[in-house]
Amino acid sequence: MTANYPRMLWMQFTAEFLKFWRVPAFAFFSLALPLIIFIFFGLRDPTSPYAPGSSIATGAFVMASMAAYTVGNVMVFSFGIGVAVERGQKQDVLLRASPLPPAIYLLAKIINALVFSFLALTVLFVFAHFAASVNLAATSWLSLIGRLLLGSLAFIMLGFALGYLAGPNSAPAVVNVIYLPIAFGSGIFIPTQFLPDFIRWLSPYLPLSPFAQLAWDVLGVKTDRTVFSNFALLGAYTIGFFLLALWAYRRDTSLKFT
Amino acid sequence: MTAAAQLVDATKKYGNLEALKGVSLNIEIGEVVAMLGPNGAGKTTSISLLLGLRKPTTGTAKLFGLNPTDRHARSRAGVMLQESGVPEVLKVSELIDLFRSYYPSPMPTGRVVELAGLEDKAQSQIRGLSGGQRQRLYFALAICGDPELIFLDEPTVGLDVESRRAFIQSIKGFIASGKTIVLTTHYLEEADELAERVVVIDHGLIIADASPDEIKAKVVGRKITFSSTRALTSADLEGLPITASEIKDHHHTLMTAEPEAVLRELFRRGVDIHDLEVTGAGLEEAFLSLTGRADK
Repeated sequence: MTANYPRMLWMQFTAEFLKFWRVPAFAFFSLALPLIIFIFFGLRDPTSPYAPGSSIATGAFVMASMAAYTVGNVMVFSFGIGVAVERGQKQDVLLRASPLPPAIYLLAKIINALVFSFLALTVLFVFAHFAASVNLAATSWLSLIGRLLLGSLAFIMLGFALGYLAGPNSAPAVVNVIYLPIAFGSGIFIPTQFLPDFIRWLSPYLPLSPFAQLAWDVLGVKTDRTVFSNFALLGAYTIGFFLLALWAYRRDTSLKFT
Repeated sequence: MTAAAQLVDATKKYGNLEALKGVSLNIEIGEVVAMLGPNGAGKTTSISLLLGLRKPTTGTAKLFGLNPTDRHARSRAGVMLQESGVPEVLKVSELIDLFRSYYPSPMPTGRVVELAGLEDKAQSQIRGLSGGQRQRLYFALAICGDPELIFLDEPTVGLDVESRRAFIQSIKGFIASGKTIVLTTHYLEEADELAERVVVIDHGLIIADASPDEIKAKVVGRKITFSSTRALTSADLEGLPITASEIKDHHHTLMTAEPEAVLRELFRRGVDIHDLEVTGAGLEEAFLSLTGRADK
């Protein structure tokens, strides 16, 4: 006889949520940092067009950029640092000896990250609505959330890979060193025409580029790729990062558990 | 009847290191077994095989007749491991509830907290616990699922005398409920107090498997250590009532049940003796007696 899996998943999810919520650095990075960056880039004349001749307001454009940044951030940080710290404290040893199926552990972490992403998006959207007069149709708000949560799988896999590759102490630095340049290079903070040529060439292929394009597209911004191509590129990244995570996971566990 | 836990000719190599050299062990349902041995003897490796944390290099490990990684087997076992961590920001009761959810018919949380002696700390975050309280928490996690079989790997390691005493009482309370228990320890005294069967492991092999009384009977006696100006030979020791001896340069260690008779005879034979010490038999002496040589 084994325990009831839905109940196990619920308990594991609440534990994950509390672990995240009670570490101020995590909660702050997920919820407050995107707002602070939004204030920097989005509150300067938010109702003016984001580009000459465009009908899309600066506030809405920056909000969509930050929405993509936020979701990727929650995924990469929660998995990357979370997994590395758990490995460092040898939490994986006791869990591995327990009857908890690894799939439930994994699923609980993913659900928690999706819930946190949803909370972070809600905070950002409410702030942008009131502080920068961003008004979208109800379907657009939902579409933003839906596209970003769906596409976030690529960043979950990247986070897992980093969590198994980085040491517990170096994980925060490693995650920043990888995620921040990707965000800049993808034109999330500043338009890519201000970047060096080789980065501009690389930019459309960085993982946050299709992710941000999916968000901008909801506002009606003319993007380089179709929604389908953007999802396809993210799907390719998801598979690539998944394989990397699997390799890193096996490398880690083959040392400890064979 | 299926054994609760079973190793058959299990060996385990870590690279070139042979941690287990062929161990067979049957632990029946309801037994309380202590695995006794020094660091690196193979105790933790044996438990890791039985838990499915590691795979035997050759031979088999079974838990309730199943592969130890099988959820049905694991749902019947609880475990307290050395060097394992838990989420620091969760409260004691939250973590216990989480682990309870892993098992089909767990004990009520209040009962777990009481058995582990954590009543005062149930609402505290784990990061605020002392070493002894942490050991109690790990114990709570091992028993919270009300499993039939419990593994306790070095449950009292790092505890001061008083905490150890109190903790052993907690374990005894649990043993009284008729569970199968496998514990590892360095301390003969602890094995004696808790277990009805002692399995002595040394250098990856089982060297004794008996009741605590039988083990103690083998180590009743004294250890005589002394130096002399020349190394003694076997001729010097001939006819002495000793059970084991070790001679290193001019340093001698003898095990005996009759230290007075041994010393009287040595003096009579004119052996000059310095730095004489006669001590009681501890685990170290148990090893000397069981293996016929000193552990180190």
